[in-house]
Amino acid sequence: MKINVNGTTHDLGEINPRTPLLWVLRDHLSLVGTKYGCGISQCGACTVLLNGEAMKSCLYPVSAVRDAQVTTIEGVAAKDGTLTRLQQAWIDLDVAQCGYCQAGQLISAEALLRKNPTPTDDEIYAAMDPNLCRCGTYIRIHNAIKRVADENKSGQNGG
Amino acid sequence: MSTLNYDSVNEITEFFTRKAQPDDATRNAHIFKLDRRQFLKLTGIAGGGLMLGFALSRARAHADHVDFNPNGYIKIDSEGITLYAPNPEIGQGVKTSLPMIVAEELDVDWAEIRVVQSEINPALYVQQFAGGSTAIPAYYTPLRQAGATARAMLVQAAADQWSVSPSTLSTELSQVLHAGTGQKFSYQELASVAATLPVPSPESVRLKDPKQFRLLGTRITGVDNEALVRGEPLFGIDVSLPDLKYAIYQKCPAIGGTVQSANIEEIKKMPGVVDAFALEGTGNGNDLFPGVAIIANSTWEAFQAKRALKVEWDETNASKDSWSAARKEAARLAQEPATQIANNGDFDAAMSTSTATSSGFYQYHFVSHAPLEPQNCTAHYKGDSLELWAPTQTPSWAIPTAARLTGMETSQVTLHQMRCGGGFGRRLYNDFLFEAAAIARRSKSPIKLQWTREDDVRYDLFRAGGFHQMDGCVDENGKVTGWRNRFITFAPGGRPASSMNGGVFPGGMVDNLRVEQTALDWAYRCAAWRAPNANVFAFVVQSFLDELSHAAQRDSLEVLLEVLGEPRSVGGGRRGRGMHTGRAANVVKLAAEKAGWGKELPKNSGMGVAFYYSHAGHIAIVAEVSVGGEENAVTNRSGENVIRRKLKVDNVTVASDVGPIINLSGAENQVEGSVIDALSTMMDLSITFENGRAEQTNFDKYRILRASVSPAVEAHFIDTGEHSPTGLGEPVFPPLAPAVGNAIFAACGHRVRTLPISEEGFYLG
Repeated sequence: MKINVNGTTHDLGEINPRTPLLWVLRDHLSLVGTKYGCGISQCGACTVLLNGEAMKSCLYPVSAVRDAQVTTIEGVAAKDGTLTRLQQAWIDLDVAQCGYCQAGQLISAEALLRKNPTPTDDEIYAAMDPNLCRCGTYIRIHNAIKRVADENKSGQNGG
Repeated sequence: MSTLNYDSVNEITEFFTRKAQPDDATRNAHIFKLDRRQFLKLTGIAGGGLMLGFALSRARAHADHVDFNPNGYIKIDSEGITLYAPNPEIGQGVKTSLPMIVAEELDVDWAEIRVVQSEINPALYVQQFAGGSTAIPAYYTPLRQAGATARAMLVQAAADQWSVSPSTLSTELSQVLHAGTGQKFSYQELASVAATLPVPSPESVRLKDPKQFRLLGTRITGVDNEALVRGEPLFGIDVSLPDLKYAIYQKCPAIGGTVQSANIEEIKKMPGVVDAFALEGTGNGNDLFPGVAIIANSTWEAFQAKRALKVEWDETNASKDSWSAARKEAARLAQEPATQIANNGDFDAAMSTSTATSSGFYQYHFVSHAPLEPQNCTAHYKGDSLELWAPTQTPSWAIPTAARLTGMETSQVTLHQMRCGGGFGRRLYNDFLFEAAAIARRSKSPIKLQWTREDDVRYDLFRAGGFHQMDGCVDENGKVTGWRNRFITFAPGGRPASSMNGGVFPGGMVDNLRVEQTALDWAYRCAAWRAPNANVFAFVVQSFLDELSHAAQRDSLEVLLEVLGEPRSVGGGRRGRGMHTGRAANVVKLAAEKAGWGKELPKNSGMGVAFYYSHAGHIAIVAEVSVGGEENAVTNRSGENVIRRKLKVDNVTVASDVGPIINLSGAENQVEGSVIDALSTMMDLSITFENGRAEQTNFDKYRILRASVSPAVEAHFIDTGEHSPTGLGEPVFPPLAPAVGNAIFAACGHRVRTLPISEEGFYLG
């Protein structure tokens, strides 16, 4: 089986098609930025982009992504390594504590801003509620998204 | 009585819990006590290095191109300047804040340095564990000395080159400057020369006047933040090795059960399964329970095999714990006198001459730590050595047990400290690491042991539930004159999971005070959970003080300040780290002022105030909440009918005195996170047990708070300049629950006495 992750096609050979995408990414492709947290789609640590939409990968069978573009946290920055404004906001606002949930948080935020570059507070909450942060960094996550949304609103940095 | 042996669990817990509450000068002898030296002896850790507090190695002096490596915290070589972070990073920010202290005295350009996690080496470092909010106080002076020592040597090296006196030189942004000539050397240019100089004694170097600090007290983003947003491997779970295999370990769902038989041959035939075998366990609750290990080619295949695994457990000696039975028993015990732990003045006389009294039965459920990264450890057993990669809070303490379980000398065991996806006290205990070591011993390939979320919640070392029958009174002036705290705790392995003492609030502040304690038999392990003891005691005592304020028909803030009284030290305290009522009153006043205490609020809104001292931190919180009307009746976990009511926490104002702040951004983050963690925990977190089993094992039933219901948090800090810095990972947690509870009462007249408060019908909206 072949899947496309971060623009690269990977041949997975004779993998069990029911293997969740999460474990394919982590154990087979060594893309360990996507995290295991609960295994039942409750915490969002395993969130990836599937054709640009946020999707929890811990229950999602790899066979279902054969014809899709998967983007993981490793594929968010530009090819030359330049960080997105969202990633930079995460650093500037010192969002993380333990950091374990943050890849999933960033992916959910990325999916939101791709669809809606200028979300309201309530739209941010709705998009981010699927992602748990055990350390309680919600305020900073919100502020980082808000910063990029505000930049988008005022037309800075080309949206 | 449980037959499980939890000695090592209790020793670790006691070590960290002691730091959580003020000492009681009249502490009863029967309460287990262990000083640091005894602890080290007991756990078999070579005492020397850890006890030294500061161990400088000699600079390695030889010819060209030498690294300048004057101590374990600094290396300057051709690559640049590297600072070593000695302690486990669990989200408390020490990988950034500890190197900041070195950088301040070393006068380096923070933007240019690299921070690296150090090796685990008790001879080189002060204390390589993450617990008790102790890293900052323990390391503050040694790290300043480490930075200042290296700086002095670099200055001396430059002085030698220019043939001038060191006193004519200054340092800035990783350079030594000679103001007279305008000449400068970079630290890197000086490294080889500095490496040939003798290392001065740490006490002999001059430290900066804190007023000259340029870095400390500013906002610095975490050193791993870029790696985190790029998804780079940092955590224990991210470890990858050639030929790595993936392991799971199935234990009895009722803790303490042993393996009678299992379908191991069937499991071995499953796709991807490499091996499966039973392990007997050691009978010690902190190293290895009996169970079945499965090793597979991938985590998913290991998980699939775990699902297919069928084990017949012998539950003769397993847990029979029942939360509902414990609650019944506690309600009965609440009406009977228990063992007196402290008895000052005459409580009964105060009650009989009082003007008003109050009485309440408080209870809190068990909770699991549930750090977001489930327990895991990678282990490679090579016959004559054992290599471990672990997200642990106590790396150096893990090594002796891992060695014992694999028949090694401690010198044959190497442990690589990995970033921890949350700690909260869970990773003080290395059971997951010991399981990995025992499984690796049976495997030719390195293995990564992965606990499922269900394993992680179910086999936690829980924050124990507990019960308090509270009684108290006020006199004709509305002054609190009598206070009795009758505490019913649990005793896993025969020893109380937590202990009261006479120093617990309001010890030393109320004349007639009695503390009693009794314990219920219990099998499940209970241990240190973020701000141990304080995390629940604060709720009970600060809520009950509010009850007495209302009984006296007085303002809660006024009564709290009156109880604190004249500025003085109370409750004992080691090394000047005890509670001081003056510092307490100052944070209370600041929080009240910033929150606008007493201002006009909308109907159904209210403010509550609470103070708590723990982990050397004085913290006050004012919460502002609004409460919705009564909705439908629902059945809670305990089978009682309660009326649902919507709670909104509008604002939380926190005033903290933890001395000077190291990293302001990190400190504010800890305050915000502690408030949200404490709110999450008080709202809905509960582990109940029936038939010896935990009834909640994943986030569907163990519901951590989500973003949309997080409150706004304001953080204020007091630094009078008189105190050295102390930790902030824990002390903000305890006063949040009572501040919110007191605000609920102010808003709607309902007194919450149960944690989580969803048991009384409240939900966040």
